[in-house]
Amino acid sequence: MGIEQEDLFAPRLVTTEENFAPGHRACIGCGEALAVRHVCKALGNNVIIVTATGCVEIISSLLPQTSWRVAWIHTLFENVGAVVSGIESAYKVRKRKGKVPAAKEVKFVGFGGDGATTDIGIQALSGAMERGHDFLYCCFDNEAYMNTGIQRSSSTPYGAWTTTAPVGKKSIGQMTRKKNMPEIAVAHRIPYVATASPSYPFDLMDKVKRGVETEGPAYLHILSVCPTGWRSTPDITIELGRLAVETGIFPLYEVINGEYRLNVDLPKLKPVKEYLKKQGRFKHLTEDVIEQIQARVEEDYMRLREKVK
Amino acid sequence: MKKVVGLEGSFAIAEAVRMANTDVVAAYPITPQTHIVERLSEMVADGELDAEFICVESEHSAMSACVGASAAGARVFTCSAGQGLELMHEVLYIPSSMRLPVVAVAANRALSAPLSVWCDHSDAMAIRDIGWVQMFAENNQQAFDLTVCAYRIAEEVLFPAMVHIDGFFLSHVIEDMELPGDEEVAAFIPEYKHPFTLDPDNPVSMGCYAPPFIYSETKKAQEVAFESTKPKILETWKEFGDLFGRHYLPVEHYRMEGAKIALLTMGSCSETAMLAVDELREEGEDVGLIRLRLWRPFPFKELQDAVKEVGLLVVLDRAVSFGMGGPVCSEVKSALYDQRKKPNIVGFIGGLGGRDISVDEFKYMIQEAQKKEKAIERGEEIETEMIGIRE
Repeated sequence: MGIEQEDLFAPRLVTTEENFAPGHRACIGCGEALAVRHVCKALGNNVIIVTATGCVEIISSLLPQTSWRVAWIHTLFENVGAVVSGIESAYKVRKRKGKVPAAKEVKFVGFGGDGATTDIGIQALSGAMERGHDFLYCCFDNEAYMNTGIQRSSSTPYGAWTTTAPVGKKSIGQMTRKKNMPEIAVAHRIPYVATASPSYPFDLMDKVKRGVETEGPAYLHILSVCPTGWRSTPDITIELGRLAVETGIFPLYEVINGEYRLNVDLPKLKPVKEYLKKQGRFKHLTEDVIEQIQARVEEDYMRLREKVK
Repeated sequence: MKKVVGLEGSFAIAEAVRMANTDVVAAYPITPQTHIVERLSEMVADGELDAEFICVESEHSAMSACVGASAAGARVFTCSAGQGLELMHEVLYIPSSMRLPVVAVAANRALSAPLSVWCDHSDAMAIRDIGWVQMFAENNQQAFDLTVCAYRIAEEVLFPAMVHIDGFFLSHVIEDMELPGDEEVAAFIPEYKHPFTLDPDNPVSMGCYAPPFIYSETKKAQEVAFESTKPKILETWKEFGDLFGRHYLPVEHYRMEGAKIALLTMGSCSETAMLAVDELREEGEDVGLIRLRLWRPFPFKELQDAVKEVGLLVVLDRAVSFGMGGPVCSEVKSALYDQRKKPNIVGFIGGLGGRDISVDEFKYMIQEAQKKEKAIERGEEIETEMIGIRE
């Protein structure tokens, strides 16, 4: 089947049900809200979602309204891994004791931003992955604490401006390299780890289904373009997500039981400059720094390709 | 069938958790709570307790996992102490605000620094305002009984409940106690069914966020509901007493008939205080003892009634509220402030970081309090004395 035909055909396979209801309060062009919408389409109805404090939680659950048409809970910022562990354990034991029908299908899913995942919530998530609970965790990575006003996280890329990594006479913005959270998940030897992007919706939905059907912990890292924090225009969210993949900055790959697989393998990467120049958060970068970023991206990409057998 | 057994406090609590047919236990080890989780782990490993034991990586996650499991409809238990309760602190407000009947035991322990694994009430006092039903045990029998009652109370009022036992003094001490039969306890704690759970067939949103136009209303609703828990607590204790023969009250009296002076204590040192009262009574002093069994909701009326005829109330705190004296003494003073006739109140602090409080020290407190009372009557300010300090 040719790609043109798939463009026409594939969307018809996707449910028209919106379990993440419209009318939420996300910014215009929010890549994260789009990603959540796609994830919810792939998850279906038999799901319990635990969401960390952050953008997704505040745009969707302002009392007395809710955007969630599925079972949903939010408690705190850093404890999604633990709350989802508790819910999964509750169902496990209650099925065993006959308090819930054994055949009842329930999927357990955690949502967190990059702060809730790579910084403050990494301990609870690591614990849940190590203990082997049956759940899917989705990190919606918009590369800074956007909800509180664009402060840097350990997932902010090198050279990006943020309000706590400002550009100044002695600073080019973020001075450290982005923490590689998918690799940290892989190091837990969990059965499924993948990266995804709402710019590749079918790939994203496939991975959600694969992750949630995997027995044991599954981790999905989703790059979520944030026009507000990235200082990009809202109309290029999809384009930026694609450029992140095409430049090799955010490769789409899966690690199934330790086996690496590149989902979009590019014979030639686009220059990172094409991605960086469209975002105000990188506008201060000099050619030297851009070259440095280019070299690192290529190095990382080659390293990843080497892992694909 | 009840039987008399010699049990360590920790094991007695584990028995209560087992008899309650708890579904999920999530806990992290910390001295002096460890024997409880070790015993529960054994019970799960041996199939005596059909529960999921989640060996979490921190106390923060212990309470978070309990919140998740409780929201999913499970009967849950955790226990902690000292630093663990402090690390858990943020999460403690969640089950009380979301009306989830988590049951917990705190093995009261001092707080760092300097590090101390031994008993005082610093950890308990740091979590006074979490919106849980909180009660204090003074021996292992009570630790067991109150834990059993905690399940029943929590699930009826839909608030979490915590039983405080003194670390080491109860957790590690073996005492004779009466253990009821499994069926009797099972009958006392009926099957738990929360009206709203996380269920895909009936989806609800839990833990939504509240802007200023609605946050106050949520807190008002919580406070009204929490205040109304007291009748249920009394009812549960009454029924427990009728069934098992041991009766509990929010404020308990010991030799208070005609007492002009009263000691006020919480926790395990109360039994030492009883000995001091016995000796003083023999010496002809009109001394009695009152113990706060129920700490939250605070038993205002019962306390006011208890001290109606008392001229001097001597309050012992096992914690320091720096710059404010003893926290229990502060609360007792505020609880009695509106009373027309109220006793002079003298506070002492003692038993910090596991230090014993002797019978003689209780007698010393009574004597000193009588001197301080004279100073109060002269209009002088008195300081909260820390007893037994080597200088």
